[in-house]
Amino acid sequence: MSAPTHSAHAAPQGFIRKYVFSLDHKVIGIQYYFLGLFSVFIGMALSLLMRFHMVYPEAKVAWFSKLWPTAAAGGMMTPELYLSLMTMHGTIMVFFVLTTVPQSGFGNYFLPIQIGAEDMAFPVLNMMSFWTTFVALVVMVAAFFVEGGAPLAGWTAYPPLSGAGRITGPGEGMGQTLWITSIAIFCGASLMGAINFIATTVDLRCKGMRLMRMPLTCWTWLVTAILALLGFAVLLAAGLLLILDRSVGTSFFIPGGLLISDQIITNHKGGSPLLWQHLFWFFGHPEVYIAILPGMGVTSHLLATFSRKPVFGYKAMVYAILSIGFLGFLVWGHHMFMSGMNPYSAMAFSLLTMCIGVPSAIKTFNWIGTLWGGKIHFDTAMMFSLGFVSLFVTGGISGIFLGQPALDLYFHDTYFVVGHFHMIMGVAAIFGMFAGTFYWFPKMFGKMMNETLGKIHFYGTFIGVYAIFTPMHFVGMAGNPRRYSDFSNIEYLANLMPVHKFMTHAAYFTAAIQILFLINLFWSLWKGKKAPMNPWNSTSLEWTIPSPPPFDNFAGVHPVVNHGPYEFSVPGAAEDYIMQTAPPSQQTTE
Amino acid sequence: MGMAGSLTRDVVQGPPPPPIEGGWGGDGGGGSDGRGAFRRASFTGLYVLLAASTMLFAAFTSAMVVRRGLGDDWLSMPKPPILLVNTAILLLSSVALEVARRSLKAGGRNRFNGWWTAGTALGLAFLGGQAMAWKQLSAGGVFISTNPSSSFFYVLTVSHAVHLLGGFTALFYVDVQALRLSLGPAKRTAIDISAIFWHFLDGLWLYLMVLFYVWG
Repeated sequence: MSAPTHSAHAAPQGFIRKYVFSLDHKVIGIQYYFLGLFSVFIGMALSLLMRFHMVYPEAKVAWFSKLWPTAAAGGMMTPELYLSLMTMHGTIMVFFVLTTVPQSGFGNYFLPIQIGAEDMAFPVLNMMSFWTTFVALVVMVAAFFVEGGAPLAGWTAYPPLSGAGRITGPGEGMGQTLWITSIAIFCGASLMGAINFIATTVDLRCKGMRLMRMPLTCWTWLVTAILALLGFAVLLAAGLLLILDRSVGTSFFIPGGLLISDQIITNHKGGSPLLWQHLFWFFGHPEVYIAILPGMGVTSHLLATFSRKPVFGYKAMVYAILSIGFLGFLVWGHHMFMSGMNPYSAMAFSLLTMCIGVPSAIKTFNWIGTLWGGKIHFDTAMMFSLGFVSLFVTGGISGIFLGQPALDLYFHDTYFVVGHFHMIMGVAAIFGMFAGTFYWFPKMFGKMMNETLGKIHFYGTFIGVYAIFTPMHFVGMAGNPRRYSDFSNIEYLANLMPVHKFMTHAAYFTAAIQILFLINLFWSLWKGKKAPMNPWNSTSLEWTIPSPPPFDNFAGVHPVVNHGPYEFSVPGAAEDYIMQTAPPSQQTTE
Repeated sequence: MGMAGSLTRDVVQGPPPPPIEGGWGGDGGGGSDGRGAFRRASFTGLYVLLAASTMLFAAFTSAMVVRRGLGDDWLSMPKPPILLVNTAILLLSSVALEVARRSLKAGGRNRFNGWWTAGTALGLAFLGGQAMAWKQLSAGGVFISTNPSSSFFYVLTVSHAVHLLGGFTALFYVDVQALRLSLGPAKRTAIDISAIFWHFLDGLWLYLMVLFYVWG
């Protein structure tokens, strides 16, 4: 079945070529994973500081003043410091965690293996993509340490706040410049990655790996790469224009006659902040699918594997992924209902937004259909996939509220939105990453993770995130504005303070539970039980090779695929699964 | 077959030799073995890159259209006449590259070297001409922040020039390899890729010229 051949390139020697500037997609995938792991803990620490400040806005903490001698002089956080924490939390989480780990991390590692390739199409480009991302992260984190500190304009960087310079706030000088520079660098890195993902999927599939035999993970990585390709190019354009507005005095986004900090701005005129919003959200909405699609792929893959059933409606899943990708480019206006847009435009965007609910509902229906009547194995990886479905449904339902312009006008600047996007884009995607970690860790590192610790971590996290984000919907309905650093002095919000305290403590609890994950990860890395080749009885190609895989994945042998990706519990088969590479002569095919 | 025919075929239907098995359709991948796969992947990568560049310039264009429609501060800027000369130079460079490719197909390596070098040199001349255009503009008091129209002129021409610098590097690389007589089937891919990228930049430039003269 398999033809031996020469490997594409020889294994590199030496630490630097092997682990630092590696061309091996597996090493690069792990590098991305750990870059994301580092980032997620930074982002989480920032969120804890924010939650602390919200409930104790006047607390004086000695080490705050050590960390931020001006922004927290005397140990009390200024509102500007709060805004900079919020900006950096959002930015780091969206770009360096949600965009990076599911796609560049797991995708890099497993896309080539799952389609039977020895590596990505362009290994050097792949390495450059990672190191460019690394530079972007360094530049982003550097914003904390420059004069004035990190920027205040949020991860969406709306002008004029983000464009008028130092005059708009302490972080709006050097900090905001570094922010935009980092994002522009990140755009370049994402484009390089997207080119690799698309060319690899299109051209390097092994013999027999028809498109409709690709695991759904590969489909989501492909569509995500297309979204990244088109979206990040537009963000790059917008970012360049914003840099010019800040540094050479053009007026793309800055209108004339602004009064900022008691000064009239005279060096800009005629620009439009709404132009930025259109360009930004033309990227920004596809971005939420960039974050969530790979998680959907992992969930589909795992629900089938752990319920020992084929994915319900594989083709429908593929078409749903494609239509989510397509419609994702047509709904950016629903982030701008508040901007004073023409109500007819708002109605069009609203209708298109409802349309995107259809493929999303198809996916959810098919996940449940996959589970229905299955022999479900409740391993930790499966628990996180089930958690993903739960969070996706919860977050999706509030999305239907927000897709209505009339309701959005009320909800838009409240905690309702914060609750919504954390559920569906933040935590759901993170659950996808946890699921991927528990599922693929044995393949990546040749060790099993601890199931007991994993289960405790799952239940703690699942309960914890619901405890943080569910109440946000209710305080949002009660009119609690978002982005405010302190609402303790606002009369109608005073009654909500106990709810905020509850959310803050839930956040502490959830963060603490993540230590279990770290322990599990690193303990298993050193001391975990040795992993067999195929611990989950999965069917896809990565489970046909040793754990961890050899340098060129298939040890010079080209795999030949004869089966679809989800042939579980086929009647008459010897086992309850058929590997994709199993010979077609087996009596039980297709 | 005329040059235009060959160019259209390359851009629209994919390059010669026609892709072996694999790609989008059919019975699935031809596998990652050997040059065929790398050549196919290179072309896919190129077209994907062109799609990204197109998005970048589409975003700039839509920003320009929107910005132009706002208020009354848009003043049409004077276009330096040298732009027309530059346009001719860029078109000639594409012609030279295409003649070179055809020569190579007919087995004329020396003719290839000559024409490719000419095309590469013309590419550099275009960049020089663009630098002169910017210089003339700034000498006439038209800077990037002078007016929204000049802002977009600089943004679009500089972005185009950055792309062109990348394209020039590729052309130059192929030229050096060709002059050192190390052209082989693997380099054919580099030749085709860099030439198609260059033709794309050519078309992009014509589009930008129309944009400047109609709306700029």
